[in-house]
Order: sequence, then structure tokens, then C-alpha cells
Amino acid sequence: MLAAQPLAVEYTAASGALSTAWLLIALPALGAVVLLLLGRRADKWGHLLGCATVGISFVLGLWYFFTLRGLGNRSVSLDLYTLIISGNFKVNAGLLYDPLSAVFVLLITGVGFLIHVYSVGYMKDDPGRRRFFAYLNLFVAAMLLLVLGNSFLGLYFGWEGVGLASYLLIAFWYYKPEAATAAKKAFIMNRVGDVGLALAIFILFATLGSVSYQDVFSGVGRMSTTTVTAVTLLLLLGACGKSGQFPLQAWLPDAMEGPTPVSALIHAATMVTAGVYLIARANPLYNASHTGQLVVCSIGAITLLIGCIIGCAKDDIKRILAYSTVSQIGYMFLAVGLGGGAYAAGILHLLTHGFFKAGLFLGAGSVMHGMKDQVNIRRFGGLAKYMPITAATFGIGYLAIIGIPPLSGFFSKDPIIEHAFDRPGWTGWLFGGIALVGAGLTAFYMTRLMVLTFFGKPRWTEDIKHPHESPPSMTVAMIVLAVGSVAAGGLLAFHNALANWLNPVFGGATEQTPAEVAHKIPALAVTALVLVFVLAGVALAVVIFREGTAPQEQPARSVLVRAARANLYADAFNEAVFMRPGQWLARALVYVDNRGIDGLVNGLAAAVGGGSARLRRLQTGFVRSYALTMLGGAFLVVAALLVVRLG
Amino acid sequence: MNPTWYLILAAVLFIIGAVGVLVRRNAIVVFMCVELMLNAANLTLVTFSRINGTLDGQIMAFFVMVVAAAEVVVGLAILMSIFRTRRSASVDDANLLKY
Repeated sequence: MLAAQPLAVEYTAASGALSTAWLLIALPALGAVVLLLLGRRADKWGHLLGCATVGISFVLGLWYFFTLRGLGNRSVSLDLYTLIISGNFKVNAGLLYDPLSAVFVLLITGVGFLIHVYSVGYMKDDPGRRRFFAYLNLFVAAMLLLVLGNSFLGLYFGWEGVGLASYLLIAFWYYKPEAATAAKKAFIMNRVGDVGLALAIFILFATLGSVSYQDVFSGVGRMSTTTVTAVTLLLLLGACGKSGQFPLQAWLPDAMEGPTPVSALIHAATMVTAGVYLIARANPLYNASHTGQLVVCSIGAITLLIGCIIGCAKDDIKRILAYSTVSQIGYMFLAVGLGGGAYAAGILHLLTHGFFKAGLFLGAGSVMHGMKDQVNIRRFGGLAKYMPITAATFGIGYLAIIGIPPLSGFFSKDPIIEHAFDRPGWTGWLFGGIALVGAGLTAFYMTRLMVLTFFGKPRWTEDIKHPHESPPSMTVAMIVLAVGSVAAGGLLAFHNALANWLNPVFGGATEQTPAEVAHKIPALAVTALVLVFVLAGVALAVVIFREGTAPQEQPARSVLVRAARANLYADAFNEAVFMRPGQWLARALVYVDNRGIDGLVNGLAAAVGGGSARLRRLQTGFVRSYALTMLGGAFLVVAALLVVRLG
Repeated sequence: MNPTWYLILAAVLFIIGAVGVLVRRNAIVVFMCVELMLNAANLTLVTFSRINGTLDGQIMAFFVMVVAAAEVVVGLAILMSIFRTRRSASVDDANLLKY
């Protein structure tokens, strides 16, 4: 691997249109504040305001995007105000609008706006719709802050903000115990990752005295290799927590307890890709640490396999999509871990994934909408006839995710697999092989999902008579996302459009175009291999599930199936290793508190009380005994005086 | 006459007074015993005044008499009110103020 060129980290100050970039964040934040403060008074029009703020943000995002295209130095920073000043420690709240954040802004506000519109129909009968839109606005504001911050501290603010919004939205139906538990699980597992992120920021500050991107990236050369590796690994821990990567992947599938638009927006398209953003943004650090890059690749490869394997064994339509998200983000981690030209490939996959996965989730929500909120694909079947638009848009998303050309997934997943094979040494073969197998497995479980839901004979439960198509407000969003799923990949990959656009961010790293790299396997051969694996997966699933499947889960015949149904024992492991000892510790501490510390305090009080009760008996009420005591005292005083005077 | 005898007399009077306070139950008698002790002290003061040839002790004795007179007024008033409520002048009967 070639060492990356030192990055040009010179940001120009914002002027003209871009000096109003803070509006991007302020609008959704204002929406959230208004909706939360006005309470029920905003129930009637709350959803309209929620859509409007994000919609305007999207329009602004487009405007800024085209302004940025016209600039020479496409990294624009905007200082807002001084956040903290304490001795030498000074933190400016500022924004960085560069090609990377520009595409993220468009993804977040664009997909976010579509999902807001979809939610208007989806949450129509929910009494908490205004609260829902308030939280969605809060999420969009926090996510924009995450990608627009010009320092690790700004990123951390947004990072925690999206965590909060995610928690609030998973627990949106808080009266359901599963939803409340899932929200807590998500929050706690994210906290594990956030500790890593916080520690990484502390180390950066301790070493370089600053946490702004500009100072950190230009100061990479002054840090020792060990420090850089430590920082990269800690950042990776944070990224794993937020993006549901191994070993912190268990919260993401449970997060599907939230409303489906939330799953689409937060737990598929945007928030869970924040980890990928973090690693891509910190690319100068990762370029300086080969260990860090290797670990990122390994985590990505492990996770993409885990996601595929579990995805094959699940029956819950949203859980399958959730595990496929885990797996696809694994691909992105693999890509950004490979470094060099693969950074752009990872971001490309992130963008196309944002389109087709959001579309798939909205399709799943539409299916649930028509099937009385059922999620078990064993009890679906034959829905294509009743929900043609849903089936068509879902089908396009399906073809995109398994990587059939010329849909978007093909243009983004294929380069990642090529880059994986190009990694020098045996690790290249390993990562490439895993990515290849993953592509086949993805095709298998997605085909299973598609066939069991939309084709074959109906296996519905008795209470479902007439499944119906969803209202236009929902289907419009699905159609737009389907168009994106078809076109985004080809457009962004055309003449390396996205890679060239992102060049200022990834610096010299992307200048080696794929053609200049000596391929171990010719690119065409890799593409052919991938297609063979994908088609094999599709064919296998079609053969097995053509006739439908049993309406109940059958006993597992092999160890692998049993393990996959139990989420590869990740939950069992967490419970045995972290939860139970935690409970024991809590119980032991309660015991020590009750018996030890409370015992000491209560014992002291009891001793004083008991002693006083006994001393009280001296007060007999007989005047003559008091007189005797006084006499004795007088004698004592006289005796003492005599001893002192004469002795 | 040797002044020591006055001192011995004062000591005897004081002891009689102290023992009386401790052993007698009748409040009037206890009261008189207290007066006895005060006057034993007065006698001592006057004697030492005579021995030393100064007037300090005699002046002090006047003060003690004045204070004793005031104390008698208050003490007898308390005694009267106790006797009215309890129909008894025994100090052992006035024992409500206890644990």
C-alpha cells in the first residue's frame, strides 16, 4: 500500500451563501423545539412543520452543494462562536462544509425528507404523531451537526444527540416492554462505544492540545505510531457502537421495535452509517496506522459474515433487513479500512445503501401497514397481487442490494470486493473471499425474503381478508427511493464522479485510480465471480422457497441453524458475561450498603440512644439525692483545690 | 478568746446544716438547715475578718444576709404553692420532674 500524501488541511473561511450554513442545523432544531414546547396545541399541524423544516434544509443543502462546486478550495469552515474558553483550552463551535459533509447533508436531508413525508401517512392514526415528528427533527438536527462539525468535539455533540434521538424513537411506543427494553439496550451498548470515542478525543487533546480537524490532521506526523494506533482503535470502538458492528452489533436488530420509518431513517440509512463517516473523516489518522486499518477491515469482514448468517435464519421481516444493514455496514467498514481508493467506494456504498435500504424498510412498513402490523414472513405470501407498488419498489431495492447490474448496489459493492482482493498479502485473499461469500449469502436471504413475502400462495393468518396497498403519501416516498436505488449507483460511479468529488477529503489517497493499481485478479473476473455467487444464491433460494414454507418455525436440524436463530449467541454472551455479573455486583453493593454502611450509621445512633436511656435513670426526681450529688461535687472541688495548693 | 473556736463552731453548724438538708424530708426543716449553712459561712467570714483585722469579711457577711433574706422570700413562696397543690411539705413528694 502506498503511503498517503500529507493532506492539505487548509480550510478557507466561509463567505457568501455558505456563511449561512448553520441554517441547515438550526431549522430542524427549531422544528423540534417548537413541536416539543407547544405540546398538544401543535397536534393538528405538527407533522407539516416537521416535514417543512427538513424539506427547506434539503433545498438549502442543494444550494450550498452547487455553491461549493464553484469554489477552488472546496473545504469551507465557518466559525460560529467560542464554546468553551478555560485557560489554554479553547474550543470554537464551528462548521466544516467540504465535499464529504456535503454529500452527507444531501443524504440526510433528502432521505430524511422522504421518510418524513412517508411518516405522515404511516403515523396517521397514532396519537403521538406530533411527538414523533419532534423527535425526527431532533434526529436530523443532531445528525447534521455530527457531519458538519469542524472538530471532534462538534462531532461528539452530534454523536450523542443522534444517540438520544435514537433512544427516544426506539422507545416511541414506550408502553410496550420490548420497545422500552430495546431502547435501553441500544443506549447502553452505544455508551460502551462512546467511551472509546471520548477517550480517543482525550488522547488527541492531550497529545496535540486541540481537537479541531485542522489541527489534528496536520499534526498526525507529530504523534508517535503507538498513539495514532491507540486513537484509531478507540475511534473504531466508538464507530462499532454507533454502527452496530461486531462486537457491539446486538442492539441494532432489537432497535426494530421502533416505528418502521425510524428503522428506515435512523437504523438503516443515516445514523448507523455515522461510524463509517467517522472513520472516513479521520482518514489521515487511519492512513498513518496499518494496525488500525487491519483491525477496521477485520471488524468489517467479521460483521458482514455475521449479519448474512443470522439474516438467513430470521423470520421477522424487519429483523432480516436489520441484519442485512449490519452486514452492508460491514462492507463499508471493510472498504474504509482498506484505505486508498476504497474510501470513496465505501462512501459510495453508504450512499446507495441509504437509498435502497430506506426503500426496503419503507416497503416493509407498507407490507405491515396492509397486514395488520404482522412481521412474520412465514405468514405472508402472494402479496405482489395486492400491493403492486410496494412489490415493485421493494423488488427494485432487492435487486439493488444483491448487486444486480445496472442497479446501484452493483456499482458500489463490486468495487469494494475488488479493492478487498487487491489488498497485499494473504489478508487480501481472506477479505476478498469473505466479501464474495457475503455477496452470495446476501442474495440468498434477500431472495428468501422476497419470494416468501410477495410470491407463492398466501399463508396468511385467518384474521386477514383483504390486504391493501398503502396511501399515496407512503408510496410516493417509496417510488422516489426506488428511482434512487436504480440510478444513484451508476450516476455516482460514472467516470469516478464521486471519487473525484471526494478527492479534497481523502487527499492523495484516491489519486491512484483503479486502473493504475496492479490487480491480483482482473476487475472483470471479480465482477463475473460476484455475479456467479449472487446468481447461485438467488437460484438456491428460489428452488427452496418456490413452494412457500411451513407457517411455523421448524425445529433446527443443524448446529449452525440453531446458532443463527439465537443471533450466534451474541445476546447469550452479553447476558452471561456482562449482564449477570453486573446484576451480582449490584446486589452485592446493595447488600454492603444496607448492612455495612447503613449498619454503621444506624448502629451509632442506636448506641447513643441506648446509652442515653440508661443515663436518664440518674434523674430520679428526689431533691435530696441531687443535694447529695452537689455536696459530693463541692467536696471534689475542695479536694482538688487542696491538692493543687498543698501538693 | 482564741478565734479558732469560732471556726470550729462554724464548721459544726455547717455540718449540722448539710446533714439536715440530706436527711430531713420536711421542706421547712430543709430550708432552715440551708439557713444554718449560710450563717455558718457568715460566722467564718466574720471570724477571718477579725483575725486579719480588715472589714472585707464583715461587709461580705452583710451581703450574704441580704441575699439570704431574698432567697427566703422566694423559697417560702414556692413552698406555699407546693403545699397548696399537694397538701404536703415533704420534698420527696415533689418529684414530678424526673426521667
